[in-house]
Amino acid sequence: MEQNAHAEHIHYDAEASKIGMWLFIFTELLLFGGLFIVYSIYRFMNQEAFHLAGEELNTTIGAINTVLLLISSMTIAMSTSTLQYKKKGATLGLLAVTVIIGVVFLVNKYFEWGTKFSHGIWPGSEHMLSELSQGEILFFGLYFVMTGLHALHIIIGLIIILFAVFRIQKGTVNENRAALLENAGLYWHLVDLIWIFLFPLFYLIH
Amino acid sequence: MNKMQKEHAANEANYLTYQGKHKGLLGWILSTDHKRIGLLYLYSIMTMFFVGVLLGLAMKFELLAPGKTIMNPQTYNATFTVHGVIMIFMVVVPGLPAVFGNFLLPIMIGAKDVAFPKLNLLSWWLYVLGVFLVLSAVLFGNGVPDTGWTFYAPYSFKTGTNLLPAIFGAFVLGFSSILTGLNFLVTIHRLRCPGMTWTKLPLFVWTLYGTAWIQLLATPVIGITMVLIALERIFGVGIFDPALGGDPILYQHLFWIYSHPAVYIMILPAMGAISEIIPTFSQKQIFGYKAIIASTMAIAFVGYLVWGHHMFTAGMSGTAQYYFSLLTFVVAIPSAIKVFNWISTMYKGSINVQTPLYWAASFIFVFLIGGLSGLVLGALAANVHVHDTAFVVAHFHYIVFGGTGFAFMGAIHFWFPKIFGRMYDKAWANAGWLVFFIGFLTLYTPMFYLGMMGMPRRYYDYLEEFHGGNILSTFGSWIMVTGLVIIVINLVRSARKGPVAEMDPWHSKTLEWTVSSPPPVENFDEIPVIAEDDGPYNYK
Amino acid sequence: MSEEKHHIVPYRVYVFVLLALLVLTFASIGITSIELGEFTVAAALIFACIKSVLVLTYFMHLKYDKKYIVAMVAFVFLLFFVVIVITFLDYLYR
Repeated sequence: MEQNAHAEHIHYDAEASKIGMWLFIFTELLLFGGLFIVYSIYRFMNQEAFHLAGEELNTTIGAINTVLLLISSMTIAMSTSTLQYKKKGATLGLLAVTVIIGVVFLVNKYFEWGTKFSHGIWPGSEHMLSELSQGEILFFGLYFVMTGLHALHIIIGLIIILFAVFRIQKGTVNENRAALLENAGLYWHLVDLIWIFLFPLFYLIH
Repeated sequence: MNKMQKEHAANEANYLTYQGKHKGLLGWILSTDHKRIGLLYLYSIMTMFFVGVLLGLAMKFELLAPGKTIMNPQTYNATFTVHGVIMIFMVVVPGLPAVFGNFLLPIMIGAKDVAFPKLNLLSWWLYVLGVFLVLSAVLFGNGVPDTGWTFYAPYSFKTGTNLLPAIFGAFVLGFSSILTGLNFLVTIHRLRCPGMTWTKLPLFVWTLYGTAWIQLLATPVIGITMVLIALERIFGVGIFDPALGGDPILYQHLFWIYSHPAVYIMILPAMGAISEIIPTFSQKQIFGYKAIIASTMAIAFVGYLVWGHHMFTAGMSGTAQYYFSLLTFVVAIPSAIKVFNWISTMYKGSINVQTPLYWAASFIFVFLIGGLSGLVLGALAANVHVHDTAFVVAHFHYIVFGGTGFAFMGAIHFWFPKIFGRMYDKAWANAGWLVFFIGFLTLYTPMFYLGMMGMPRRYYDYLEEFHGGNILSTFGSWIMVTGLVIIVINLVRSARKGPVAEMDPWHSKTLEWTVSSPPPVENFDEIPVIAEDDGPYNYK
Repeated sequence: MSEEKHHIVPYRVYVFVLLALLVLTFASIGITSIELGEFTVAAALIFACIKSVLVLTYFMHLKYDKKYIVAMVAFVFLLFFVVIVITFLDYLYR
């Protein structure tokens, strides 16, 4: 009797992998969705406080981060085409750009949070609890949780992309076995999608 | 393959006996064979079930008399909390999908395994990790969690008990559930054998499909809710803290947005198992195959829209209350359709009176009672009277224990010969069923009455007027557990030493009965091809 | 079996989509600086929705995928939307 035969017997099924990644994306959408529900309820109940707190955020940095992420979505999407065209170098180059942009995003986020901390704003801080209204406390609580969770997903996305880069280098991901890259791309676009909603909700309240 | 060839094949290595890359225990806990993983889940889930039963017995013992009987209030709170966490997250949610879904799904659709076998093994390891995390909350730290399995804010972030490992454990268990759902969805979409169209799928597979969608889409919401509670405990973020502007009712919304669909994770596969048992033991085509599919998907979808019926007295708006009450009545309809279809299947069937059918018939009985009591709870005015009383406890034990539990028992007896290649002792199995059933009714029926008379739930004490009902109920718990012991001993002995089972002892029509008992490692030597006029309930 | 993957998406499609996304981004910044009262949120969200549809359709290949995947995606968004609306039944009418 063959041993551990099933793994070898299972043919490469790109469509199964694609569905699998989409299903996983659905779970991420619902995960963030829960936070969006909380946000929308609290914004509805604290409209002025949210407006006030929103002024504290730097719209320019937010816009830059938005633009960066959109560009990185384009570069990784392009890489799926270059892989199909068997242009390994271009593929790796585009993925390198994507990763660099992701890192820059995180660096920006680091400085943004740093600024908040230096102003005494972090969950449970003295300043927050004594100076700010309840609505503002909720706003910043949500801000840190949602952008923090998003940043965590950027890191995960970068790891998945680096995994794809490694496999493309080795040649085990190529024009005939492209699923890993395409699904890495799907995950990265998800991260972009979440930010597309985070940006107006936190940065464009005037 | 003719019968003799098949029996010969059964004497060769089957999934139970083959030795792969790893030997002994490692060959099981590192196996990616869906059948072995199904058994791993069976053993771990049954273990946790027994821990939960012991906690339940302890609660019933405490409630034998008013005042302190064997434990103080704090201990009682901890006991019902851990009982709930174990039973919900470790037994009935994984339950049928993890055990029977894993074992049977690929075989029922003519596949050699699930779509992602390694992910499947990961799901089980995550389950084990989740169990250990919750256990660590019990064994270490400042006290066993005492919030109830519902972890309501604000108490859940104020309590000094060791909540973090418990909610982290719930998160990990949720992840296990999500990955199983994901795996099953891709499996059903992509690995059906030639000729196995959607309308030739066994109904158990359809319920696994609907359940998988719920596992996938609802579980993340409780995931994020647990994360928020954890962040609240660690950082004081303020999201559900009224002192900081948060709304505890919003916690309840988020919690029940998962936990209501979760009950459909519990019951849909149970209904699926019943839909396999009844046609087999009636030797008759299921009545209304497509109606049952439609009802299954309707329950899965509408089940997302009713969560507020757990919150009628919490402080929601009147509009929300009316809306949730209305939808709660609507969601009962597809379940009722299924009951009608099962009974119609039996009508004029050639009834084979066997243990699985006893379980299926008693399932219909207790599910009906539990479901009807749900309508009482769904009616706003009545709800005010019985919310947070023993009536609710009776309702959900009838539906979940009576529903999922009875179906699980029916399923284990039905598929026992296939899984273990041996037949259980039928006399002991039936005796076990009878004792269990009598015990179950004695344990839970008084609770309906006690609740209507005003006995609160989750209290370790009660007024003297409730004493008689509680004595009866506690006696019922002892009878029920006796039945449980009989059943389990019978199954364990039979698995080892029972008479060798044939390929198709029940004359059933689904694909698992066309392979040897126990099945070969790769399920099929050749992937089956389903003929145009064939079907899962093609009884002639 | 691979379906549409024989069709390789040309680079220019991705470039045009990015340009559209950037335009929409700046438009949403612009529109939210105008005093629109309650409609500010709605406007920002509408732009975000359009951007999402572009990302889903082109970057995430839904335009070129089999219809059942598109159906699943649509269903998930619909479900989420329904759940938010129902939750608001509580808070709107308290």
